[in-house]
Amino acid sequence: MQLELSTEDEAFREEMRTFFTTQVPAEIRETVIAGRELGRDGYVETQRTLNAAGLAVPHWPVEWGGRDWSDLRRHLWLEEMQAAGVPAPLPFNVSMIGPVLAQFASQEMKERFLPATANLDIWWSQGFSEPDAGSDLAGLRTSAVRDGDDWIVNGQKTWTTLGQYGDWIFTLVRTDPEAKKQAGISMLLIDMTTPGLEVRPIQLIDGGHEVNEVWFTDVRVPGENLVGEVNQGWTMAKFLLGNERVGVAPVGTVKRNLARAKRLAGNQLNDPLLRARVAELENELLALELTALRVAAHSAGGEPHPASSVLKLKGTELQQAVSELVLDLAGPAAYSSGAGAGSDLPEWTHLAAPAYLNLRKASIYGGSNEIQRQIIARTILGL
Amino acid sequence: MDFTYDDEQVALRDAVRGLATRAYGDFEQRRRVVAEDPGFSEKVWTQLAEMGLLGLPFPEEVGGVGAGPVEVGIVAAELGRVLAPEPFLTSVVLAGGLVAAAGTPEQQADVLGRLSAGEAVLAFAHHEPWGSPGPAARWSPTATTVTASDPDGTWLLGGVKEPVAHGLRADLLVVSAALPAGGTGLFLVPGDGPGVSRTGYSTYDGGRAARVAFDGAPAIRLGAPGVDQSATIVAAAAQARVAACHEALGAMEVALSATTDYLRTRKQFGVPLATFQSLTFRAADMYVSLEMARSATLWAAMVLASGDRERAAEAASRAGLQVSRSGRHIGQEAIQLHGGIAMTAEYLVGNLTARLTALDHLLGDGHHHLTTLAAGVGDYGALDPLTGRGSKEEHA
Ligand SMILES: Cc1cc2nc3c(=O)[nH]c(=O)nc-3n(C[C@H](O)[C@H](O)[C@H](O)COP(=O)(O)OP(=O)(O)OC[C@H]3O[C@@H](n4cnc5c(N)ncnc54)[C@H](O)[C@@H]3O)c2cc1C
Repeated sequence: MQLELSTEDEAFREEMRTFFTTQVPAEIRETVIAGRELGRDGYVETQRTLNAAGLAVPHWPVEWGGRDWSDLRRHLWLEEMQAAGVPAPLPFNVSMIGPVLAQFASQEMKERFLPATANLDIWWSQGFSEPDAGSDLAGLRTSAVRDGDDWIVNGQKTWTTLGQYGDWIFTLVRTDPEAKKQAGISMLLIDMTTPGLEVRPIQLIDGGHEVNEVWFTDVRVPGENLVGEVNQGWTMAKFLLGNERVGVAPVGTVKRNLARAKRLAGNQLNDPLLRARVAELENELLALELTALRVAAHSAGGEPHPASSVLKLKGTELQQAVSELVLDLAGPAAYSSGAGAGSDLPEWTHLAAPAYLNLRKASIYGGSNEIQRQIIARTILGL
Repeated sequence: MDFTYDDEQVALRDAVRGLATRAYGDFEQRRRVVAEDPGFSEKVWTQLAEMGLLGLPFPEEVGGVGAGPVEVGIVAAELGRVLAPEPFLTSVVLAGGLVAAAGTPEQQADVLGRLSAGEAVLAFAHHEPWGSPGPAARWSPTATTVTASDPDGTWLLGGVKEPVAHGLRADLLVVSAALPAGGTGLFLVPGDGPGVSRTGYSTYDGGRAARVAFDGAPAIRLGAPGVDQSATIVAAAAQARVAACHEALGAMEVALSATTDYLRTRKQFGVPLATFQSLTFRAADMYVSLEMARSATLWAAMVLASGDRERAAEAASRAGLQVSRSGRHIGQEAIQLHGGIAMTAEYLVGNLTARLTALDHLLGDGHHHLTTLAAGVGDYGALDPLTGRGSKEEHA
């Protein structure tokens, strides 16, 4: 056991910190830190900057831009990035479809998509969930039927995050309605400009538009857009969802937000009750960060460490708790949520309530926290 | 002691429920109404007036009905069930309550008469953007940065109040302001009066609020000169807090029933969600929270009805703390157990949670009440709900 980072890892951390705080435009990082909405261009510019420096997809295979880092270094990379307010590389691209393609796709498909995916030349959307297939993803009904070399897709996806920016969507579709639920599913890549594909906005309770419905009416998809083998989609989905879980414990972000909350608190910090609340949160966050470090230090690579469910579960709870703290710091001033310039209340008070409401999503998506508990119970505890 | 409503109260509840259901039983209708200014329905406001609800807490001689906090609570709970956006709480109970408590008989007759008749919407302009000595004092009953002066016999106000719930639509503002000789006074200012500028905006619960700036705005002193109205504000806030607890109760009831309905009907993995005990137990915990909140709220209304001001403020704080905790719990769980659908603006449940949050912050959140109550725990042994007091002997 040893607490300190090795000299090399320490130098690595410093290098990351310097890069993130000097190479990504301050304006973008300030937008992220203030909790304002970052448009498409902010994501694209950031990811291209990272990609040019070899920092967008370090966990991919080396031949596709990966860095062969230890899990510890990947952790440090992510933490420093979040601490600096750098928007994480688009998860749909770098944590979800990229690794799946690298693992399962044909050489041709890899060459076609992976470099563009790393550089965010293609903005990917995740088209898995459907109205009746949420936690029970295998209940999906969107169908793909052969027509010569092509597939004809019909059905509806929902909850498609940032689908309004999407160029392509990776989908799970039912290709064998006769087979058992999981066995009849395939993964198809679909160009979102294809005729018959329609993106419809969904408004969330914070007033924002970040999710969409995606409707498919006789959408013609070339046969070559099938990933891997037909009816092997479930294997890829499981692989993808495992990665999704690892990426979602936003320790660095929560830490930054908690430190910011203390600054925003001002003289409210004289209140012992408030100090106790902050101290509790800080301590839990410390334990979570240490858990993340333990997982990173001991992971053999490849399969996600089983304790990554702890990170998702606790990470999202703390993320929500910190947003609740900021909401309470704003208190009655949070009622100014719709105020624009000219308000006498600081901008952060306008954003506090929408952020709190919006973050209720964190325990629902990416495998809900109930599903994480089930994974812990089954896989780790053997129950 | 009796925790059940009598026949008249049941009749009141049914009548209000009928009206509220006709107006907003269809959640789409509520969405349409809050999407457009002023954020509530003038028609429904008139209907509330016709039913006597806008004058409910005020004496008959000023055009009111002379009902008590229990009846006010019944109305608030029914409006809470459908998320009615009409400003019953802030206009009638809070701002109207201040006029009833502080105003001269003439002021009461004029202002409360118009309020009861649905002719004037009131707003209480009290919160100051980071009033000194800082945010910790945000639910204090005093005004600091908005000041009143009477250079030549006319009161003039200066400073900014924000956010003021329904401050833009309000015909008449009840404004708290620091007095030249110290203490906090209450003033009446027409919303469109000289020296008043207002910027309105939407709030996260579908409501409306405003920044209201006073620049030498002529104002009428509410009640007798020379009186510090801080205690009046405390008392009126206690009344409004208990009404807010009732409104929250209505919202929590519906959040729970929507959740249990959903668990019964939503199917995943080929079975209804209610098949998963982990979820049904959490619904059971929501019910526990709801009943705790109901008990504390009904109790506080009865303490208020007893007329003892000092006990009233404490009871309002205790109910406020319990409802804050229950509201957070039920609101958050209602969303979680629904999954993604509850995150959407179209669906009732997330909106209930937003309103519960706003109600929590309106007159002191759980943290605030806990601080108040914690300061006194050393002074008594055990609490007696029937007297509402701790027994000092036991502690000694
Ligand atoms: C803001 C947001 C963004 C999203 N983005 C995307 C996206 O980009 N692409 C995409 O494909 N999907 C996306 N999703 C969908 C997300 O993955 C689903 O919402 C999630 O899988 C839950 O499904 P559901 O909403 O249908 O809830 P349900 O599955 O109906 O679950 C309802 C409740 O029951 C619980 N539950 C369900 N099954 C069990 C069980 N067996 N045991 C115990 N509890 C259970 C759940 O945890 C939840 O609390 C997003 C969702 C949200 C809210």
